[in-house]
Formats: sequence, C-alpha cells, structure tokens
Amino acid sequence: MTAGAAWLPIDAAVALAACWLVLGAAGLFAPRNLAYVGRLLFPLGALVALLLAATGLAALHASPQVMVLALGLPDLPFHLRVDSLSALFLVLLGGAGAGISIYAAGYFRPGEGTAPGLQCLQYHLFLASMAFVMMADDAYFFMVSWETMALSSFFLVTSDHRIPEIRRAGYLYLLIAHIGAIGILLSFGVLQGGSGDYTFAGMRAQPHAGWWASAAFGLALFGFGAKAGLLPLHVWLPEAHPAAPSPVSAMMSGVMLKASIYGLLRVTFDLLQTQLWWWGVIVLALGLLTALFGVIFSAVQTDMKRLLAYSSIENIGLILVAYGLAVTFRGFGMAALAALALTAMLYHCLNHAAFKSLLFLCTGSVLHATRSRSLGRLGGLIHRMPWVAWLALVGVLASAGLPPGNGFVSEWLLLQGFLFTPGLPHGYVNMLVPVAAAAVAMTAALSGYVMVKFFGIVFLGRPREESLVQAHDAGTLERIGLTWLAALCLLLGLAPVAVIGELDRVTRPLVGHGLGEAARAGGWLLLAPIDAARASYSPLLVLAAIAAVFALAVMAVHRLYHRRVRRADPWDCGFPRQTARMQDTAEGFGQPIRQVFEPFFRMERELPSPFDATPRYRVTVADHLWHWLYLPIARAAEFGTRLVAFLQQGRIAVYLLYSFFTLLALLFFIR
Amino acid sequence: MSATTVILQLLQVVVGLALAPLLAGWVNQCRTWLQNKSAPPLWQPYRQLSKLFHKEVVLAHDASPLFRAVPYILVACMALACAIIPTLSTDLPFAPAADAIALVGIFALARVFIALAGMDIGTAFGSLGSRREMLIGFLAEPALLMVFFTASLISRSTSLATIVETLAHREFAIYPSLAFAGVAFTMVSLAENARVPVDNPATHLELTMIHEAMILEYSGRHLALVEWSAALKLYAYSCLGLALFFPWGIPEGVGLANFAVAVPALLGKLAIGGFLLALIETLSAKMRIFRAPEFLGTAFLLAVLGMLVHFLLEKGI
Repeated sequence: MTAGAAWLPIDAAVALAACWLVLGAAGLFAPRNLAYVGRLLFPLGALVALLLAATGLAALHASPQVMVLALGLPDLPFHLRVDSLSALFLVLLGGAGAGISIYAAGYFRPGEGTAPGLQCLQYHLFLASMAFVMMADDAYFFMVSWETMALSSFFLVTSDHRIPEIRRAGYLYLLIAHIGAIGILLSFGVLQGGSGDYTFAGMRAQPHAGWWASAAFGLALFGFGAKAGLLPLHVWLPEAHPAAPSPVSAMMSGVMLKASIYGLLRVTFDLLQTQLWWWGVIVLALGLLTALFGVIFSAVQTDMKRLLAYSSIENIGLILVAYGLAVTFRGFGMAALAALALTAMLYHCLNHAAFKSLLFLCTGSVLHATRSRSLGRLGGLIHRMPWVAWLALVGVLASAGLPPGNGFVSEWLLLQGFLFTPGLPHGYVNMLVPVAAAAVAMTAALSGYVMVKFFGIVFLGRPREESLVQAHDAGTLERIGLTWLAALCLLLGLAPVAVIGELDRVTRPLVGHGLGEAARAGGWLLLAPIDAARASYSPLLVLAAIAAVFALAVMAVHRLYHRRVRRADPWDCGFPRQTARMQDTAEGFGQPIRQVFEPFFRMERELPSPFDATPRYRVTVADHLWHWLYLPIARAAEFGTRLVAFLQQGRIAVYLLYSFFTLLALLFFIR
Repeated sequence: MSATTVILQLLQVVVGLALAPLLAGWVNQCRTWLQNKSAPPLWQPYRQLSKLFHKEVVLAHDASPLFRAVPYILVACMALACAIIPTLSTDLPFAPAADAIALVGIFALARVFIALAGMDIGTAFGSLGSRREMLIGFLAEPALLMVFFTASLISRSTSLATIVETLAHREFAIYPSLAFAGVAFTMVSLAENARVPVDNPATHLELTMIHEAMILEYSGRHLALVEWSAALKLYAYSCLGLALFFPWGIPEGVGLANFAVAVPALLGKLAIGGFLLALIETLSAKMRIFRAPEFLGTAFLLAVLGMLVHFLLEKGI
C-alpha cells in the first residue's frame, strides 16, 4: 500500500463490489445483445473478481478495517468491516468467481431462458451481495445482503422458468432459504441481548449467559445449515443445483454454500465469546450424517448435476465435521488442536470451491455439447472433448480425495485432527470421536466410487447415443475458465505449506493459535503441521516420485523392448457383437451401493417377469426424509390454512372490518 | 540425509521391484503344492513378464490415452509405496514425504486409475470389473485406515518409520488391540490383492472375476506392467503387515552389517507369509460378490474394535 494510507483494502473491496453492480446494471442497456453481454460485461466481471481476490490477499495481511456507508435507512447506516476471516472468503469468492465468470462469458447461448442481459444483472448482483455478506458488520446490512443473495440466486435458478420442475425447484429453494433466514435473524436477535445494538461490535461486547449463547448458536446452526445443505435441511440442494445454468450451479455450490459456512464461523468464533464443547459434538454428529448421506445418494444418481449436488452435500458435511471438531477442541481450551481442525476446515472450503466449480462447469460444457444431463445418454466424450475431459480429471482426482490432489490435503489434516482426540478431557467423547474418523474414512472412500462413476460414465467407454459423435469441445473462453480452476486445484494441492501460512492469519484471531510456524518449520517442501516425527506429507515429492517412475518406466520399456502397437477391436473375452449399450449404465454402476445401503433409500422397483417380450426395468430412488419429515409438515400446513380459510371472504367490507379490529387490538395492547 | 541412506532408499525400491514377482511365484508354488498339483518353477512370473514385454500391444480402437498411461501410473504408485514402507531400514530419506494416511491414499489412487482404465474401452466386462473393484475398495479402505489408526494411537505418530520403531522397541507383550488390527489387516489384504475368499487371481469366469475383468483388454507390455504392479502390491501389503505386526529385524541404522541381517530376515518372513497366504487361499472358498461387503464389514468392525480396545485396556501403556 504505497499509494497512500487512504486507499485501504476495504475501500478497494467495496469499490470492486460496486463495479459488479454497475456491470450488472449495464447489462440492461442491451439485454438481448449476446456479444455485448458475453464478450464485454462477463470478462470485465471476471477481471473484477480477480482484483477482488488480490484485494482479499492484501486484506489478509493487513489489520482489520472498518467503514460506515451512509446508505440505507436514516439513522441506520451500513457498517462494513474486513478482517482476516472476511478476507479469506473474499479470496475464495474472487478466485472461484474469476474462473466462473470467464467461463460464463462463453457459456450463455441465445434462446436459453432469461435474456442474457437480465441474467448478467442477476449474476453480478449475486456476486456483489455475496461480497457484501462477507464484509457486513451489522445484522441489518448482513440480512439485506443475505436476502439479496437468496433472491438473485432464486432468479438465476429459475431462468428456464417455463419448465415446471425448475419452477418447483426454485420455489423449494426460496422457501428453505427463507426459513433459514428466520433462524439467522432470531440468532442475531439473541446475540444483541436486549441492548438494541445490532452492530457486530455491539454483539461482541455483550456478555452471553450460558443458555442464551446456546440458543444463539442453535439458531445460527439452523439458519446457516439450511443454506449450506445440512441434514435434514438439504432437500432444496439436489433440486436447485441441476435446475440452474451451469455457471450458476458452480457459483452456488462452490461459493454460496461457503457464505453460510462463513456466517457460522462469524457467529460462533467471533460474535460469541465462549464455545461449549457439546456444540461441537452435535455438529460433528450432524456433519457425519450429512456427509455419509450425501455420498451414498450421490452414488446412485443418474443425472450428472444431481450427482454433483449430492457430492456438495457430502463436502459440506465434511466441512462441518472439521468445524465440530474445532469447536470441541476450543470448548476444552485446546487452542493448538482447534487451530488444526479449523485449518482443515478452511482448507476444505477453498478446495471444494475450486474442484466443485470446475466439475459443475465441465458438466455445463458436456450439456452444451450433447444436450443431455442424463448419464445414461453419455459416454466416450474423452475423444470428442479432450480439454474438458482432462481438466475434469483434475477435479475428479481432487474430489475423490486422492494424493497429490487438493482434496487429500484437507482430508489428511482432518484425520490428523481426529488422531488427537484421545487427549480430550472427557471420558466418552475421547473414545467415541475416533470412531467418527472411521465414518470420515468411509465417506472419503465412497467419494472415490462416486467420482469413478462420474468420470467413467461421462468421459470413458463408448458413446451410448449415436448423436454423441457430433459433440464438440468447449470454446476458448470456457477453456480459460476451466483451466484457471484446474490450476487453482493444483496450486492448493501442491503448495499446502504456503496455503497454511495464509490460513494461519485467519485461525489466530479466531482461536488464538495457528499452524503457520509449525508448518514452515518443516521447510517449504514438507507439510508437518504438528511436528515432523508425528506426521508429515509432501505432495510435491509424491508427485515428483510418481512422475519420475512414470517417465523412467516409459523410457526403459520403450528402449529395452519396442513400442509397437496394433489397433484392433476390443477382445472382451471373445464375446461377439458387443454394443455400447452393454456397458454399465449409471443405474448399474450404482447398484452395489443400492444393495449395501438399502435401508437408506426409499426405492420403488418394477421388475419384468421372465416371460415379458419387451422387458422393462424401472427403479426410482427417493429420500426417506422427504416422506417422513417434509410431506407431513406440508400436509399440516395445508390443514392449518384450510382451518383459517374462512377468513378469506372476498368482500372488501369484511377486510376493512379485520383492519378495524386489528387496530383496536393494537391500541388496547399499546395504549 | 546422507549418501548411504539415499542408496539404501533406492535399493529398497529396487529390491521390491525385483522380489515382487518372486513372491508371487512362491505363493503360487505353495498353493499348487497344497492342492496336490505339480508346481511351476519359482521364476515362472519372470518368464511370463519377459514374454509379455516382447509381445506387441493390441489396442482397442476406442482406447484413449488414459488407457495407455494407466499401467505406468500403477507401477509408479506401487514403487512409491515400496519406497515409504520400511522394509530394509527405518531411516529412509523419502519416508517423510508420505505417512500411513498418504499410503492409503496412494493405494486408492492406483485403484481409481485401474478402475477408470477398465471403463475406458467400453466393454461389458471392463465396467463390471471396475464397479466391483470400487465396491471392494470403498469397503476395504476405511478398514485399512482404522488399522493404521490403531497403530498410530499406540505410537503417537502416523509416520510409518516411527510406528515401526515404536512397535519394535516395545516389550514383548501381546497388545489385544493389535491382535484385532492384525486380523482386520489380513482380511483387507486378501480383498485388496484379489485373493481367494473375495476374488480369484486364476479365474477368467465372468461371474467371479473382479481384478481380471478390469484388465482384460490389456496386452503386451501394458499387461506386463499391470501384472508387475499387482505383484508389487502384494509385496507392499506383505511388507506392511510385517512392518506393523512383526517389526523385529528391520534395522534402524544404516550399514552393511544391518543390511546383512535385514535381507535374510525379510526373505524369511516373506516366505512364511507367502506360505500362510497360500494356506488361507487353499482352505477357503471363493464367496459370492455380495458376501464381500459382509466380509469387509467384519474387517472394518474388527479394526474399530481394536481401536476401542486400545482405549479401554491400553490407555496407560
């Protein structure tokens, strides 16, 4: 900051978010002009995102800054503050947003749903409101931004609003977003503790007595959990993600879910002074259930975007597991271990933002090239779309949590955190928590299954439909976006020491400890978060070793023997007349999971009888929770509204009478 | 890090690469003896590899570059695994690059790649094999991780070298937790190496095969590399089991004298281990694929029990 102390990162961040608003508004000048919107506004939006990421990095190194904007209601200005936690999430927003925006520049086609100019407005409003959520420093501005985020994303989800399922998905999303918002609002109400001061600074100064703190935490968990997809509030996620255009799905899954994680962190570690250990245990249990549920359902999906949506639920579950562990450690006053778990959590947030955005964008390219989201109609696309396929492979390896990808680093840190739980000073907790590690291990292994299914069925094998030979690779702008996100995945996977050094700045103010020093002590090459004798991992060395042996083996085999290759038909044990339809379908690949985890699903099967001339096989897999929880609530709500339906008379005199009685009642109470 | 340790490190990988087919041959020989058949010579796997290397590769029309790269990736992953498992010494310069959890990850990486290769040609058998392999994998991987967790809780480290040193130096007492973990580890190794109760390395019957189904389309040098990496995997798992449950004899320092102890000790232990593997394979029957989840679920529960037993009985040790 040599240009002058007056231009702080917070000013830059606010200015950049305002730029997004301007870009969005500019879309309205020529809403149907695709070249103007796609080739000019969206790339500019990507540039702004890149600058925002840089600003966030600068803010990560600076001390917290505050700003008061005299907007909004009179006597109720907007308070903004950028501290290291906000800065990290701004980096996440900017980094993922840059890739998604440049991809979106090449993605929108004429005649798809809402006019591109209008989508440009909604999209940039969405981005700006997320930036403001991360910078808000009072409950009022936070809620305004939060609701803007929910509404703008609702309009983006329903951009193909002529299709009834999409309208239904949008409705469900809006409903649960608002139920969640009520929880957040009530949580802020508890946090201000009767002082009437809704600024975050005021909330921090409030002493929160035991039960009130727990109430605030519970409400925040409910509210932010609804937006993040915590079980049992996850039902909107697998509906809304597939309905939205792919860049929007990427943005929602990669970034918006993290906004709710940000909110949860802000409330628990910043606004509340004390954290009780049993909060952590509850979140740990819920997170584990969410993760397992997400991955099991993900394995049986047949729509590629639904598969990724369930996989997002899984990853949110893992993030919450790490979060729960951090709260537990913090509740017992073990700062160093809380920092370890919190680092694992923040790392996974960054990882998930990178690889899930990448994968969603890849499905977007596949969707454009083939017009199909159903896995049963794809296959063999690695030959037609090599760019998308190889970049998707990076995301797939990361998502499956395999070394040397980025997903593995956060999983490794999380498992290291679990290995320390025997030190917890509570009899049963310290024994049962390592067992939770077993469930985390199972989730990680299952995500490998899911990713093999996703990549193998979409990109490998033979095309399952004739039309797939005409599939074309992604355009230049789309490729740039995908490459950027894949590069972020590689960076996060291969340079963990540098990343943890940055995360150190976030965990230190929150839990009073960081891993930066210990991580740097192992050298830039070796990640040893606690000490080198205890555990160490070096992704660069692993990658270098694999690459070296690979190269040596190729050279040795070619030099010592020969490199002759003859092309022929596949052998397949000598069975003749093989067709592409004999490969595993998505249903077939998910069959073992359906069998092993049968109690989890609500399945309806239709099996053909042996004498059918045209046998048909049908299976639908549904969610028990929908039938056990949501439908009863919906029926109860319907019943309740029918009871009060007589109030609606349709005559204006009656309505005026209601107003009159209401006023009378109010006068009686208030006087 | 001195020059000797680096040489020892390289030597360990080379010994692994060289010994792995021998171990596979030895297991095969023991099994044929136990089944009252006449055995092929011990060096049969080497001859087979050499023959395959000389043959030309017949590649399906639909094969992608991924299919051609996978055999090399498999060998690289398994060589890396051999490099970090302490077999000849616990003082390995490369060991800090990956601990026990990363080792599980490296095995998983190899599994994901071979499963993808199985799906690449788009044949019915290939994808069937991949699906079954991933089923076995997702059940076996957490059990293996839990075995490592038990050992890590005892030695307070996930670094394999530290685990082996701690376990080798402890008093000769029976740890109930390690007994549970040992049984779980044996079951996982049988499944992961495509051995009899779960898979059959000698079959090409479509109902039963898992590993073989995935690699049906490989030929020539590619097949040689895949077979070699399968042998390396068996070797790596054997060394891992020896390092965790019978760590005595693995020297901690470097030097010729140590080395003179290490190699015969390793060979002896591998010979006994290979014989026991052949015995298990002979005594058990191949189970249906949908019994495999029960089998591996048992392994998983045993490993978790081992961890709980560690908390209940051995906390103070």
